[in-house]
Parts: sequence; C-alpha cells; structure tokens
Amino acid sequence: MAELALPALTMILTMILTGAGLFFFLAGSAGLIRFPDLFSRLHALTKADNLGLGLIALGVALQAETWAQVGRLALIWVLALLAAGSVALLVAGGALAEGTARGRHRP
Amino acid sequence: MTTALPLLLDAALCALILGAALATVAGRGVFRAVVFFITYGLALSIAWVRLGAVDVALAEAAIGAGLTGVLLLAAHGRLRRLRAAGDPGTGAAAWPAALAGAGLTGALIWAWFALPLPEDPGPALAGAMPHAGVGNPVTAVLLNFRAWDTLLESIVLLAALLGVWMLTRRQDWHAPPGLAQHTASGGVMAGFGRVLPPIGLMVGVWLVWAGAEGTGGAFQGGTVLAGVALLVFMAGLPPPPRISAPGLRLALVAGPAVFLMAGLAGAVLAGGFLTVPPALAKPVIVTIEVALALSIAVTLALMVIGPPEGEASHGQR
Repeated sequence: MAELALPALTMILTMILTGAGLFFFLAGSAGLIRFPDLFSRLHALTKADNLGLGLIALGVALQAETWAQVGRLALIWVLALLAAGSVALLVAGGALAEGTARGRHRP
Repeated sequence: MTTALPLLLDAALCALILGAALATVAGRGVFRAVVFFITYGLALSIAWVRLGAVDVALAEAAIGAGLTGVLLLAAHGRLRRLRAAGDPGTGAAAWPAALAGAGLTGALIWAWFALPLPEDPGPALAGAMPHAGVGNPVTAVLLNFRAWDTLLESIVLLAALLGVWMLTRRQDWHAPPGLAQHTASGGVMAGFGRVLPPIGLMVGVWLVWAGAEGTGGAFQGGTVLAGVALLVFMAGLPPPPRISAPGLRLALVAGPAVFLMAGLAGAVLAGGFLTVPPALAKPVIVTIEVALALSIAVTLALMVIGPPEGEASHGQR
C-alpha cells in the first residue's frame, strides 16, 4: 500500500478516517454516560463504537505496508464487531430476564 | 510536533494508569474496583508496548487484565450469590489491608533504590543467544537460561488450582465443576460459542508456536486457549469435564511433568539439572512449550470455572 504514488493524499485520507472514527467513539462514550437506561446505553456503545473502530481500522489500513497487515486489521474489526454484538445481546437478555434493566442506574 | 507527540501520548498513558490505579484502590464498591483493575491492566499493557516489551504486553493483557479480571468478576458474582458482597472498603476492617498495601508499596520503593542497577544484560545475552536454540531472547531466558523460574511458576499454577478445588465439598467431588450453564440451543451464546473458538484456537496455537522465534509463548498462547475453553464451556458445548477425570488430570500435569523430565534428562545426560545441549535446544524447548501451554490452558480455565458446586447449583440432580 505504501507504494501508492500519492503518500500525502493517503495520509490526509487516514487523518480524516481516523478522525471520524474518534468522533464516533466520543459519541458512543457520551451516549454511555448520558443515556438513561441500559438498553439505550448498549445501543450507543455497540453501534457508535463498532463504526468508530471500523473507520480507524480503515484509516490505519491505508498506512499498512503489506496486505497481511490489512487482513489482520480487518480480522480485528470483524472479531470486535462479533464480540460487541454478541455481548450486547447477552447483557440485554440477562437484564430482561432479571427485570433490572430500566431505571436501575438512573441518576 | 514530531517529538512532542510521543511524549504527550506517554504522559497521557501514565496519567491513565495512575488514575485507573487510584480509582481501583479508592473507589467504593467491589464491582467498580474490578472494572477499574481491568482498565488499569489494559493501559499497562499499552505502556509495555510503548517500552518495546511486546511479550510482556501480551502477557499483561491476556493474564493480568483478561484472566485475572474474569477471576475477580467470578469471585464478585459468587459473593453476591452468597449475599456477602458488602463493601469491604469501609470501616475498621479496611485499615489492615490499607496498611499492608502501603507497606508493600513502601518496600518495593525501598528495593528499587537499595538494589544495585543490574549491568546491561544485552551483550552477554547476545553472546549466549546462538546456543539457546530459539530466536526470541525472552523465550531463551524463560525456557533455557532461567528455566528454573518457569518450572516453579508452572507448579505454582497447579497449586493454585488445587487451592480452588479444596473448596469442594466431599459429596460434590464427582460433580461437574462450576455452575450449570443455561444456554438456549440456537441462542446468542451458543452461536458465539461456535463461531469464535476456531479462530481463538488458531491464534492460541500460533502464539505458542511463534514464541520460539518471535512474540508469543506458552503463557500467552495458553491463556488464549483457556479463553476458548471457557467460551465453549459457557455455551454448554460440551460442559466442562469432571475434575476426577483421568484425562483432565493428565492435561493438568503434562506441562510440569514434561518440564521436570527434560530437566532430569539434562542432569543425567548434559551435566546439570535443566541443562539443554545447544543441538537439542529447539526441539526440547518447543516440546516443553507445547506441554506447558496445554497445562496452562486447562489450569486457567478450571480456575475460572471454580470448584464443583454440586446440588446447590445443579438444581434437580
């Protein structure tokens, strides 16, 4: 990837993508802190953070030197996606079963 | 800009580590302390990467943050089930713990200043590396030059598991370990427990194998494999084996046993306990690493699952 003729352009693209990724992480964290109940917090955390991680991985992949590194970054994103999605479902299911989801952490 | 940025990153990392450590010790509530402890471990592993010690970073992330975190969470869950999860951070009972912690910190600070700085081991290690049989200096030290420490560590792990098993009541001895897992077939956990293990297995085996020449090793790979085993057990496919099963016992002692046998063979054939002739070093070290990884994986997984709890948790049995 580094042999691309326009290193400056890829650098700018990387900055834009990772910057956008950081913004989504920030939004997800804000949602985690500010949203009132467990389900909407999970929603903020999983959706925004998975998108943020994907954008950061994409931005970093533009700087990778080999395709193997790109593959590893993609694998990291897919695994994090799978883990976050499954764990969010498990947490939500557990909260539903216990009936403790709403209002428990309400300030 | 280019020189200030890494400095800024390191300073932020240091602040994060100190903040997480402080929140772990000073915060109210067991659960909060455990969560901050895990955060602390992750920040610490990033710090190890910044220091160029990738092997230590992997071990810290896998064992320090991951596995210890899960152990602490499991202990918290058990306390809560027993209705014993009060806040140990309050009242007179906290003072001895605080004093002991402060004393240990003081002793460590004293040792840091009192001990002589070791000579740079680089040149001596570089001179000895051609005889080590492996390319990774960390593995060379752990399994060849200072194999004693690693042998004893593997036995300590076994002793820790025996300590967990000692909590078993006599009538539960042949029951499956831990709590019964209720997972719906075709549910989220069952699917998760099917998708992730093949990838985890590959990563764990790779880490063990790669440890000879690059970053990785028995402890890092074994911890990943323990995670795979836990995932499979939690998904109930299949449930964990009984702790009296002979195959399980064999897997537990395989690492220390192979290590000890290699050490004794060295005493007889090569003139010293745990001495390995350079020509045989690579196969011997890889054999020990594979056996160790198996034992570490099984030991750590069983430690998290806990002792058999018999009828209390297995309902209608």
